[in-house]
Amino acid sequence: MSANAPGLARRIIPCLDVRDGQVVKGVRFRYHRVVGDIEALAMRYRDQGADELVFYDITASPEQRSVDISWIERVSRVIDIPFCVAGGIRSIATADAVLNAGADKISLNSPALENPDLINRMADRFGSQCIVIGIDSIAENDSYQVRQYTGDPDKMRTARRQTMDWIKEVQQRGAGEIVLNCMDADGVRHGYDVTQLQLARSICQVPLIASGGAGQQDHFADVFLQADVDGALAASVFHSGEIAIPDLKHWLHSRQIAIRLP
Amino acid sequence: MTSHVVLIDSGGYNIGSVKAALQRLDVDAELTVEHDRILSASHVILPGVGAAGPAMDKLRAHGLDRLIPALQQPVLGICLGMQLMYSHSAEGNTRCLGIFDGDIQPLKPSEGNRIPHMGWNQLQWQQQHPLQQALPASAWMYFVHSFAAPVTEDTLAYSTHGDTFAAMAQRGNFLAAQFHPERSAQAGQALLKHFLTTR
Repeated sequence: MSANAPGLARRIIPCLDVRDGQVVKGVRFRYHRVVGDIEALAMRYRDQGADELVFYDITASPEQRSVDISWIERVSRVIDIPFCVAGGIRSIATADAVLNAGADKISLNSPALENPDLINRMADRFGSQCIVIGIDSIAENDSYQVRQYTGDPDKMRTARRQTMDWIKEVQQRGAGEIVLNCMDADGVRHGYDVTQLQLARSICQVPLIASGGAGQQDHFADVFLQADVDGALAASVFHSGEIAIPDLKHWLHSRQIAIRLP
Repeated sequence: MTSHVVLIDSGGYNIGSVKAALQRLDVDAELTVEHDRILSASHVILPGVGAAGPAMDKLRAHGLDRLIPALQQPVLGICLGMQLMYSHSAEGNTRCLGIFDGDIQPLKPSEGNRIPHMGWNQLQWQQQHPLQQALPASAWMYFVHSFAAPVTEDTLAYSTHGDTFAAMAQRGNFLAAQFHPERSAQAGQALLKHFLTTR
């Protein structure tokens, strides 16, 4: 899609890891240091032109604990761009509370693998448009496999599902968007896994968000132009300031990619 | 502002976000289904997220299907709230409020255009309107929907996602937006501010 033709913009989505109501940064999965106040960081990204924010409660799913929602209300009060809450949402009641607190979307990962019918029930109840399915995928035995409980290295395990089969299934069950986190690329900063995302794109009729691997501006252009994803999610390159969102968006716009500029 | 703004409780999940967006404009909106509160309001907002059928059932249960079309003050429908203002919705074959003529239809997927239509898209103006001055040039708005209104004579601005659809509509005191001004950054705030200054 040309930047000049009217239509939907490609989304730039910073992801913030949240623990105990604060934004934290993981170091090799296990150690987390506090990087700041959620509302202040959310406002900063909003001011920089982020199209959407994802807040991921990194400890929620492995510990079978649900998200604390007070910070969601606080974020919703100050933020005027959409945001999604991921992690620990494993019941209709929790989803209802998170959406009522002001989240625009909820993202399910491990709970959907444990109980796929949860996707149908949530889509029926809340509408597909607010049900995002997060998938952690790894290349293994010449195919892509889904990983479960990736928030905790002690509990992480294979979900015994092929990634592409799971992408088809969650769409049939009513997912409104898919975030595909390519774990081989994650943290390496050599770019998004364009090959895997192209394959996912070919079977994904709902919005598809790329996750894992962003290290420089080129990687965003590559994943939009080559894998035709609707959005690109990244964390560390934004948090560290290595990539400034305003610069990134102007540069993508100059590459004829449809981007929202203020 | 001294306006008395009422949010009609249609049961949608964006009500809290709309209320917060109004608070950022120093307006404390009242959430209600009470006829006298709605009738005495200076401005009425019909938010909505979800399916047309249950939302119309809720409005009907409170007699609001007759009250809303007769309102005289400025009324703003948002997202599903806009769709409910048309005659009919194909979503659940639902008879709606009939403020605007037209039938709400599902958006059709096409090459490169995924459904739901989710994300930021631009307004293309079909009519001259003071909002064009109030909003930033080529304003981007945040959309999340799978159904939409056709482009008709009531359409102020349309957007394109494969096909074109009505992004904003107006008839008399009734204004409607398919996007979410409460989640559309400065452009959305400018729209809400403009609506609140309408008399």
